[in-house]
Amino acid sequence: MGISCQEVWREVSNYLEDNLDPVLRATIEEHLQRCKHCTAVIDGTRNVVQLYGDRRMLEVPLGFSQRLHARLQANMPPPRPRGTAWGWVFAAAASLLIVGGFELGNSAAFTGPELRSEHAIPATNHMPPDLLVVVAKDGKVFHGAAACPFMHDKNKERVMKASEAIREGYVPCTRCMKQYLSANLIAPSFQWGIMDELAGMHPVQ
Amino acid sequence: MLAAALENSAEESNEETLIRRIRNGEHELFYELIRPHERRVYAAAFAILRNEADAEEVAQEAVLKAFKNIRQFRAEARFSTWLIQITVNEARMRKRKDHAHIMEAMADHRDEEGDYTPRDFADWREIPSETLERSEIREALTRALTVIGEKYQEVFLLRDVQHLTIEETAKTLKISTAAVKTRLLRARLMLRDLLSPGLGGSWSSRLSFVKGAKPWE
Repeated sequence: MGISCQEVWREVSNYLEDNLDPVLRATIEEHLQRCKHCTAVIDGTRNVVQLYGDRRMLEVPLGFSQRLHARLQANMPPPRPRGTAWGWVFAAAASLLIVGGFELGNSAAFTGPELRSEHAIPATNHMPPDLLVVVAKDGKVFHGAAACPFMHDKNKERVMKASEAIREGYVPCTRCMKQYLSANLIAPSFQWGIMDELAGMHPVQ
Repeated sequence: MLAAALENSAEESNEETLIRRIRNGEHELFYELIRPHERRVYAAAFAILRNEADAEEVAQEAVLKAFKNIRQFRAEARFSTWLIQITVNEARMRKRKDHAHIMEAMADHRDEEGDYTPRDFADWREIPSETLERSEIREALTRALTVIGEKYQEVFLLRDVQHLTIEETAKTLKISTAAVKTRLLRARLMLRDLLSPGLGGSWSSRLSFVKGAKPWE
């Protein structure tokens, strides 16, 4: 059974790609033996495919590759520092130590070292809050008694509780304290408990 | 045949390794991954845009896009196919932006349904591939490709120049495999007509080429 030229042209691609069933292929080959036109079409198409498929058809402009790589480089993130497995282990251990240190420092179970000197103990911790002291209105110091010569502006003195004086920003008079220490010949602790004694030396008027 | 298949398999395996390492942060390996495909990327862009400067820019954009989206690459496709697909999309977008597609649409207005009838039946014997060493021959082939219309040109380019399979070509262009086969046949026959030597013609002696004329006439 024969085949027409139109049918052969329809199968040119399949013929060239060897994608035909054997019967149709044999029929076409039989046709080609007696048809110069179809042979020219097949040969010419094969040449076209062969020529365009050649790698030399993929010519690029001079310097294309270098420019492409430069563009890539400009858009790449900076390289990450690389480490060994041990490096990662050490880094993780260091992180744990830091975090653990913070946690321990903030822990309620942690108590600070005992203060070395009794003088370092905050005075207000031991001061009787109801102890009566004397202050001058415009002064910064409170006294055990109004007779203290360091007392300024005695016309404006007033008596108040030690706790109130502290709250208002007054500090104790050093003379009153020195007198107390000399009289007792002891090294009393720097506590606001001495104000009881001071109050006895310089009775509040 | 077996050696070529083994070589391809080794290349693909090497590509897989490179891609995995690039994804894991060894970005500089992307140069190595892309090097064997650079020419094909440029050729794909040039075939669509027909302008060296535009083709180079689009090729660069496509490669950058591939780098930035390397995590989206799926191993079931070939890397080269994926890369060419990106390039074709980028080139098409550039072309739309430049409004060049209007002229293309006019040139593409051909009957795809009916059979294509060859117009030249001159005996075209085998052409020595050495002729491709001559730049004027390569230019003639490139110009012929620009005459046949975009939809034929794209299919021909992907299948016969880039050597994608019919299925890969269809996927890249988002058309059916039947459409790929039809367009490919017409593209080949049109190019044969355009490049056929004609009666008494010769590849080697006449090289001027304008639309409607043969390079050797």
